[in-house]
Amino acid sequence: MAEVRVTVDGVNYTDDVEPRTLLVHHLRERLGKTGTLVGCDTSNCGACTVHLNGQSVKSCTVLAVQADGAEVTTIEGIARDGQLHPVQEAFNEFHALQCGYCTPGMIMQAIDLLGDNPDPDEREVREGIEGNLCRCTGYQNIVRAVQGAAQKMKPGAPADTETPVGVAGGGE
Amino acid sequence: MTATAEPTTNEIGKARTRKEDARLITGRSRYTDAITPQGTLHIFVVRSPLAHAKITGIDKSAAESAPGVIGVYTAADLGVEAVGLPNAWPITPDQKSPQRPVLASSTVHFAGEGVAVVVARSAAHARDAADLVEVDYNPLEPVLDMEAAAADGATLVHPDLGTNQSATWVFDSAGAGTGGSVDDAISAAESDADSIVVRRRFRQQRLIPAFMEPRACVVDPTGEQMTIYSATQIPHILRTMTTVVLGVPESKLRVVAPDVGGGFGGKVGVLPEEMLCVVLAQKLRRPVKWTETRSESLLAAHHGRDQIQDITITAKKDGTVTGLDVKLLADMGAYLGLVGPGVPILGAFMFNAIYKIPAYKFTCTNVFTTKTLTDAYRGAGRPEATFAIERIMDELAVELGRDPMELREQNWIKHEEFPFTTVCGLTYDTGNYEQATQQAMELFDYAGLRREQEQRRASGDPVQLGIGISTFTEMCGLAPSRVLGSLSYGAGGWEAAGIRMLATGKVEVITGTSPHGQGLETAFSQIVADQLGVPFEDVEILHGDTQVAPKGLDTYGSRSLAVGGIALVKAAEKVVAKAKKIAAHLLEASEDDIEFSNGTFSVRGTDKGKAIQEIAFAAFMAHDYPEGMEPSLDSDAVYDPENFSFPHGTHLAAVEIDTETGRVELRKYVCVDDIGTVINPLIVEGQVHGGLAQGIAQALFEEANYDDQGTLVNGTFVDYTLPSAADLPSFDTRAVSTPSTSNPLGVKGVGEAGTIASTPAIVNGVIDALRHLGVAEVEMPCTSQRVWRAIQDAKGRSTQETPIDTHSPGAGLGSIDPNNPQGEVQ
Repeated sequence: MAEVRVTVDGVNYTDDVEPRTLLVHHLRERLGKTGTLVGCDTSNCGACTVHLNGQSVKSCTVLAVQADGAEVTTIEGIARDGQLHPVQEAFNEFHALQCGYCTPGMIMQAIDLLGDNPDPDEREVREGIEGNLCRCTGYQNIVRAVQGAAQKMKPGAPADTETPVGVAGGGE
Repeated sequence: MTATAEPTTNEIGKARTRKEDARLITGRSRYTDAITPQGTLHIFVVRSPLAHAKITGIDKSAAESAPGVIGVYTAADLGVEAVGLPNAWPITPDQKSPQRPVLASSTVHFAGEGVAVVVARSAAHARDAADLVEVDYNPLEPVLDMEAAAADGATLVHPDLGTNQSATWVFDSAGAGTGGSVDDAISAAESDADSIVVRRRFRQQRLIPAFMEPRACVVDPTGEQMTIYSATQIPHILRTMTTVVLGVPESKLRVVAPDVGGGFGGKVGVLPEEMLCVVLAQKLRRPVKWTETRSESLLAAHHGRDQIQDITITAKKDGTVTGLDVKLLADMGAYLGLVGPGVPILGAFMFNAIYKIPAYKFTCTNVFTTKTLTDAYRGAGRPEATFAIERIMDELAVELGRDPMELREQNWIKHEEFPFTTVCGLTYDTGNYEQATQQAMELFDYAGLRREQEQRRASGDPVQLGIGISTFTEMCGLAPSRVLGSLSYGAGGWEAAGIRMLATGKVEVITGTSPHGQGLETAFSQIVADQLGVPFEDVEILHGDTQVAPKGLDTYGSRSLAVGGIALVKAAEKVVAKAKKIAAHLLEASEDDIEFSNGTFSVRGTDKGKAIQEIAFAAFMAHDYPEGMEPSLDSDAVYDPENFSFPHGTHLAAVEIDTETGRVELRKYVCVDDIGTVINPLIVEGQVHGGLAQGIAQALFEEANYDDQGTLVNGTFVDYTLPSAADLPSFDTRAVSTPSTSNPLGVKGVGEAGTIASTPAIVNGVIDALRHLGVAEVEMPCTSQRVWRAIQDAKGRSTQETPIDTHSPGAGLGSIDPNNPQGEVQ
């Protein structure tokens, strides 16, 4: 067992973990952060994407012990004070999800992409998310959502007056 | 006429963003693997690495003493050797159906079949210990080629059946009295200088549904009803089938399909692992959980398609089609799945498609091999049919020297000819192929692209342009129960709905469908909001739990809206009829004078009225309501459709092929679909996009490949090449509408349309780009390597064979070719 101290979505956790434990399993099984999902066993699908010290990583490719001392942000930690992240809003607005299984990873990757490139064209979005697989949408609305979020996140963009969905759910 | 004969349509047609997104974009989801009741034990299945072998010994001792292990069990240990998983579709009375065991006892019949199960305190413990289970096998000859398997003298997958042929199912329009004799049409055409006979063989490769959420199941035996949580499309069918398989009384079972991460037919099944969890939970009296790995899923979850299609079409030289003969071989894999044998049969009625074909015969033989079983995959039978007819129409056009669209138009059912009864005896209620085609051709700039194609051919451009056409229809809304009965299907095709008017005016809607990505919580809310005149936000859709939605037949076959949506309308009509009586009573008016509009019951010619929410409260209070009536508005309905629905559309693809490398680039894709009334255009567009991606993936990227020992060689996402965002373009999708006249909403269904239509559009485009170079056929998936080989073959140049060729660079994700891992030039 190894001690792992990690901050996840702003909360500090200290746990003894088996050294072989993957970060994604630590998040889901020990910390109860089940919003981050597992879709494959070869680091191809990206469903488990989280931010590790501000960079997107596939949390199935990181050992929990490697995250010792790090700050992890998951899909559960990006809404602030009841306000969805602009990328979350855009995924709803542009119908960028169907079954929702790729969505947490896709959103976390999209946020990382927009950090690197605040105004990507279609090709740049497609290449920027190609490590995240989706079987439902054909990606078109995901691309639209990422580009739509980019517009919202531009410095000086008008703040949303209407939020499509609240964090706690329900309707328009 | 009911009070809702003219429903207000404030909601239907509105591009509502989805209700279900709120939880899914915040990680507040609840997929099965997130459910872990206190004390849960975890299982891992020990699977055969061999396709066909006798089990000569299993040594469990090392595994049993491994850390955290509760037990290691074979079928004999669990007393389930005689248990067989269900096949609900015996397509012929003499269909051969082997027992499909929960765990193989004496012989394994495909690589990936379970032979033992480890139960442990954690999933990791179970998995570790599974490696310690020593299984001795005596290898048998694998049976891999379906044509060879069907021949006399083949090695038998199940020797006790005496054959590898499960069943042969025939439809003959001459025998059915719905058309002429194909044999006569072929012999007439062969002896007539003014006719033509075109024969082609097409191969539907084996595909993997590859839903993003791996399958999972948790069985909790605590409480009076044992609860099965499963990542399934079919919670209701799973409950009934668990009773059939294991004898647990249906009333002692509760099945929950929580959030389910996609299915595409791949989660229509009763799984050995589900049944193992039930048996183990009963035995150990603890919750038992199974979550598969992706590699297990690709290996052991059912596959789709895998047919050889021999198609013969006859026509007059003026282009009039006179007959169509279809002979199929369908690979069932090692056993029959829940509806596997019926999948090709679902296509039987669709080979004639949108065309007026006077004589038609369909013959399908289902064959056993030592591969993973096949069963429903998005479209189930209909993509295969659409592919074959749309490919052969192109071939016929080439043989006759005609434009392929013009030839189609000459033969299709004209809009003024609806309703039209086809050579299969189905009655297409509505459609307008001219309208969809005209719009699609304009959007696509068909004439302009044909000109560009000519120029590129003339100039010998290394990048050639191909134009692919698919004018498809499908049968949706599975299904009229009597029709299913006539096909020997083991269930009906109705759907159930219930509406509960709560005291505070909010509405709970219960549906027997089981959405897993389709957006039904939103679309159904829109329907009910309109029917009852209540706000969209006040409607809550409940589903996927047999304690909440006790009756239903679940979600597959584009049926949820076309059948389940209509059940909702019927239930709403009953609510309104009850409310009208109470309204008349409270308003002291005759029921005949009560009008219902926009959620208000009013007395005709007065300003007196009551909102439906007030009536709901009055019914709850029950202080004052009519004699002879129950104080409740709650209503249930079961709707059995009278007909299928027949969406259609015209899909056009512009494909660029680099003739020097074989690389296929999809430059432009336009489709105009007629799916009847659109409830929510945003959701419809999403369904079409996703469907297109899967259909295009069949055409260009995906195939489950087995080596000559029967091992699945691309059983991970590294090399089973699902398209990524970078592999696909944006599509131009449009909708037109000729509302269905077979149901009160006019809806037709959209879940499978894109998948069914797009595959032949792409392949027709690939062939069209290369035909002038002498290429007549490229098998799917049309990878760079296959296209390049076809070009080389056409030029008379030899290319080195590789046993498996779908991992070529450019196949999608830059995966490594297992036959050429160093990427050496060959």
